[in-house]
Amino acid sequence: MSSTSTKLKERTEIKTRQRAGHGAKSGQQSHTPLEKKENIAGYVFLLPWFVGLIVFMAGPVLSSLYLSFTNFNLIGAPQWTGIQNYITMLHDPNWWAAVRVTLIYVVVSVPLKIIFALLIAMLLKQGLYGLGLFRAVYYVPSLLGGSVAIALLWRELFDTNGVVNQALNAIGIHITTSWISNPHYALATLIILSIWQFGSPMLIFLAGLKQIPPEYYEAAATDGANAFRKFFTITVPMITPIIFFNMVLQMVGAFQAFTPAYVVSDGTGGPLNTTLFYTLYIYQEGFGLLHMGYASAMAWGLLVAIAVFTSLAFLSSRYWVFYQDR
Amino acid sequence: MITGLAGTRNKSRTSTRRGIKRLLTYLVVLVGAIAMLYPLIWMLSASFKPQDVIFTSTGLLSQKWTLSNYFDGWNALDYPFSTFFTNSLLICLGAVIGNIISCSMAAYAFARIRFKYKILWFILMQGSIMLPAHVLIVPQYILFKDLGWVNTFLPMIVPKFLATDAFFIFLMIQFIRGLPRDLDDAAKLDGCSIYGFYWRVVLPLLVPALITTAIFTFIWTWSDFFTQLIFLNDESLYTIPVALRSFMDNTGNSSYGQLFAMSVLSLLPVIAFFIIFQRYLLEGASTSGLKG
Repeated sequence: MSSTSTKLKERTEIKTRQRAGHGAKSGQQSHTPLEKKENIAGYVFLLPWFVGLIVFMAGPVLSSLYLSFTNFNLIGAPQWTGIQNYITMLHDPNWWAAVRVTLIYVVVSVPLKIIFALLIAMLLKQGLYGLGLFRAVYYVPSLLGGSVAIALLWRELFDTNGVVNQALNAIGIHITTSWISNPHYALATLIILSIWQFGSPMLIFLAGLKQIPPEYYEAAATDGANAFRKFFTITVPMITPIIFFNMVLQMVGAFQAFTPAYVVSDGTGGPLNTTLFYTLYIYQEGFGLLHMGYASAMAWGLLVAIAVFTSLAFLSSRYWVFYQDR
Repeated sequence: MITGLAGTRNKSRTSTRRGIKRLLTYLVVLVGAIAMLYPLIWMLSASFKPQDVIFTSTGLLSQKWTLSNYFDGWNALDYPFSTFFTNSLLICLGAVIGNIISCSMAAYAFARIRFKYKILWFILMQGSIMLPAHVLIVPQYILFKDLGWVNTFLPMIVPKFLATDAFFIFLMIQFIRGLPRDLDDAAKLDGCSIYGFYWRVVLPLLVPALITTAIFTFIWTWSDFFTQLIFLNDESLYTIPVALRSFMDNTGNSSYGQLFAMSVLSLLPVIAFFIIFQRYLLEGASTSGLKG
């Protein structure tokens, strides 16, 4: 289940297998015909991937790094400007707005999403009738949530005459403004949209909770532990690898969110830049204004941010994630 | 479950407590489920309401029902929605075929063949899973523009034939590793080549993983907005997400009913896939964090 530990295991497995291969090889002077055949076959099967890696991944990553040091608007050749784009970035109030909005979105939506996912998974794991149906119902928003259709729906739900205001009206709270055009609440509606999609981490929690041996809970019950104690001393420690896995996955996804902000704000990132997600700003600069150099510099900023946050998560995991096989 | 041992001591009292607890759990789960689905149900109901009623009647049930949103919405843009559905389907089909062929080949190489520098390529492959699309998009756009591929479906399809969705390679590697090693030995004894083994043994056994890959590729490509927004500028080539967004722009606030009707239609294929392939979907989602 814990993908990080399985990944590690795989890596060592491959290493040992390779080492074994090397050992066999060093015994003889030349390659055996079989080894040669395998070598060729390996690269034949990897050929499409190699082309893809070079043309669509490694190439673009490097050329985007190069472009980030240039001015380029698709016409003529890129002009080398050194670190000018990066300096501009630090003096660009819109860039800071984008950083702020994205960080708030990540820091607020990811933990809330994970808490909801865990709570509902805890309720569902008790073996309810119709578990399959409930599981499916809670997962559906995750499945559909990234689409333009749902973003459009969200726009209407929180609009002046939307369902949310109608419901508030019904209980006596009269609000005559739109949530999405209010700079104080616009980002909150997008955070709610993200939390609504807690179904996929919930499924992962459900699978993980099933792995906890029931004897642990039975032992705790004989010792007189109540439900809260059991949750915090057995459940949570046992699933820290899954919490970690979900956290990293959701975090990387949240940094790259684009569709909801684009659709709900009509591509503007408004009101007052409060929904200017980082990716939306990259899009505006790169494909709206054709500032390809500047957009590349910002994209590299995103890459570095994701790398830093992921590494921080991995570093912190040493102190709070417990793997049973250690 | 929680009262496992205590129950033997005082059966009747704990069983009533247990009953109440279960009832409460059901209540919470049920209310939560309704809340989760409410926005979707509301959209469905709004798509059948006449325009003037959508925002005035609070309830889901309306006095007046109409199908006109569906008929009018279908033809509201310069091209009928059948064009956009066809475009989306073509791209999805290309992406699915591409991913199945290219990812299974790469996965077979990583999981079963011994070759030089494998570990290096394996690490690169894993690293590429984390690469954000936004870092690649500018140079990819320049590349596709030079090739004359902007305003074609090729930018969405060709990369899939070159195994750029490394996530699925990883998924299939896991699956192939689970196949017994005896198969390899038996095949070798029968004189089956490395290529024959892939074609005649691995691929047929890999079908469940291929289905999972196909489903998720379809759903992701169907809902993908970012790449399609960037590469398709001609309305005749619009896909469903791009068309929906342009619908919003063209008609503004005047035709929500039609907008919702088309939105509902755009979600139907995903929901159909979910119902038909629920087992694969939930399995894929709960074991490897595949998101819809």
